[in-house]
Amino acid sequence: MRGTLSDRMGAALLMAPLLLFLVLAYAWPFLGVVKWSFTLPTPGLGQYQALLTDDLVQSVFIRTLRIAAIVTVVSVAAAYAITVVWVRGSPAQRLIAEFCILVPFWISVLTRAFGWVALLSNRGLINTWLQSIGFISEPLALVRNEFGVIVGMTHFLIPFAVFPLASAMRSLDERVLLAARGLGSSRMRTFWTVFVPMTRSGIIGSAMIVFVFSLGFFVTPAILGGGRSVMIAELIYLRIFQSPDWGLGAAISVVLVVFVGALMALLFRHVKPKHLV
Amino acid sequence: MQQPGRAAEIKAIGIGKSFGSFRALDNLTLDIGRGEFLTLLGPSGSGKTTFLMILAGFVQPTEGRLFSDGTDITDRPAEQRAAGMVFQGYALFPHMSVEANIAFPLKVRKKSATEIRKRVGEMIERVGLVGHEKKLPSQLSGGQQQRVALARALVFEPGVLLLDEPFSALDKSLRGQMQAEMKRLHQETGTTFVFVTHDQSEALALSSRVAIFNHGKLLQVGAPDDVYDRPDNRFVAEFLGEINMLPLKGVKPAGHGSTGLCEDRAVSMHCKAEKVRGDAILAIRPEHMSIAREAASGENGIAATAIASTYLGAATKLDLTTRQGAKVTVSVPNEVAAAALSKGNSVWLTWPAEKGFLLPEGGQ
Repeated sequence: MRGTLSDRMGAALLMAPLLLFLVLAYAWPFLGVVKWSFTLPTPGLGQYQALLTDDLVQSVFIRTLRIAAIVTVVSVAAAYAITVVWVRGSPAQRLIAEFCILVPFWISVLTRAFGWVALLSNRGLINTWLQSIGFISEPLALVRNEFGVIVGMTHFLIPFAVFPLASAMRSLDERVLLAARGLGSSRMRTFWTVFVPMTRSGIIGSAMIVFVFSLGFFVTPAILGGGRSVMIAELIYLRIFQSPDWGLGAAISVVLVVFVGALMALLFRHVKPKHLV
Repeated sequence: MQQPGRAAEIKAIGIGKSFGSFRALDNLTLDIGRGEFLTLLGPSGSGKTTFLMILAGFVQPTEGRLFSDGTDITDRPAEQRAAGMVFQGYALFPHMSVEANIAFPLKVRKKSATEIRKRVGEMIERVGLVGHEKKLPSQLSGGQQQRVALARALVFEPGVLLLDEPFSALDKSLRGQMQAEMKRLHQETGTTFVFVTHDQSEALALSSRVAIFNHGKLLQVGAPDDVYDRPDNRFVAEFLGEINMLPLKGVKPAGHGSTGLCEDRAVSMHCKAEKVRGDAILAIRPEHMSIAREAASGENGIAATAIASTYLGAATKLDLTTRQGAKVTVSVPNEVAAAALSKGNSVWLTWPAEKGFLLPEGGQ
């Protein structure tokens, strides 16, 4: 027991700097934000009432949820396919998949957002190419709208969706798949009725991570949405730096944090943390 | 393996399997009879599991052909062979209930809902899992999971049931119970059973025939008493149980059997000296030797000195050394062992002529 105790103390000591940093840099300022939400411009619940009645705030909330949901479904589905190749493919396939997963981490989110603008804008690569082969006459609206935001966010989030899935697929008992085939099940059927259900915890973990990330996305929607597809984080920014309406901005932040916190609590109830990495 | 409800007859001809430079299985030819209970026995890495995986279709042999009821199935994928299979660790579907696990092979075969319900119900009753239908595998004990695995592998009436060390995870008492259950299922279904184990007592207790493997080679196939009493070689003799080996000189045929000199005394054997001439090894199981005050004339016997005894409850294991220094172990009644140790330790070891057999000297 003494060993365990000192081990625990050692672990606590190792975590202490990080905890201290989190408290000083996040928890303390956040308490200040909570205070603003109840005191600016006048003390009371006024800002939270405004949240419930403000059409703009509500439409942004709904748009954020919708975009986050779509991004989650697309990212997890794409990540699932990549992860299957990464975990179960031939050595060459694994190498290619690993490359595709890791390279995006080396490129800044800003660079990638502008990269997508270059690809998707009216005079971007895709539209010019489609026009040159005569497939379309007018450029398609691929950016400065929800579509562009979804493309950019999905691209950013797929690598994050991969890790919980890979963890679930790696811990799967190979013999169960053999058993299914031995009992007469085709590869396709085995994949859908045995493999996919057995990676459920990975799918849930992956979806939660992507969804929570999406809710607070700022840079990508700001650039690829072009001000027309504003999401919550951008709205908070506008309220605080441009309106300025600090009280409302603070109240939106608090609601977002509480909502994400509740989602995380739900996640950890269904999936063990060790299955997320 | 394609006709449901009918035991399959399997023929393996010249099957070999190499993994890189490792020879897992070498030139194996074996007939598995319709409805027989064949055990593949051997130490780990002997090739027995590789052969089972080849039978199931999970592993492709590098050479040789495999026939089921006369049809060449060597290149047929596992899902089309549909041999029932029970894996080590059971490999149940963790996300499906007991019922759904057992129904799986029937659903794959697109049976009607009524038929599935009927056959799953029957199978659950047969393996004694009534009341556990809705549980998940993780909520069951090891023995119950084992039953689910058996039910799932038998419900679609496969021509052959393949079992890969199915009892290795069970404790001893449960193991005995499951062995009895398996024997009963074999009789009731009449299906061909091919069973892999490294436990020789399990192999002898369960099977109609035992196939003994070592280093990728099939060494001997035969009924349990056949391989136990008349092993072809040293490995089989030693693997199936404790055995005494005495050097034998001047072996030659005599009448229906053979004779030779053991520690300068003439001894006779009922077995023929076909494979051996001159020097050989005389092998006798401990329980087939007895202790006597002196050897009667014409009886097989040599002088020995008792050194130590181990009390085993029902009998005593007695360790002796012969005059020429060979170590011998016999299993004798407790009072005989006590008397042998007290009486100046010098005794005669005797054995009936039909219980000694000849093995080639040296090697395997």
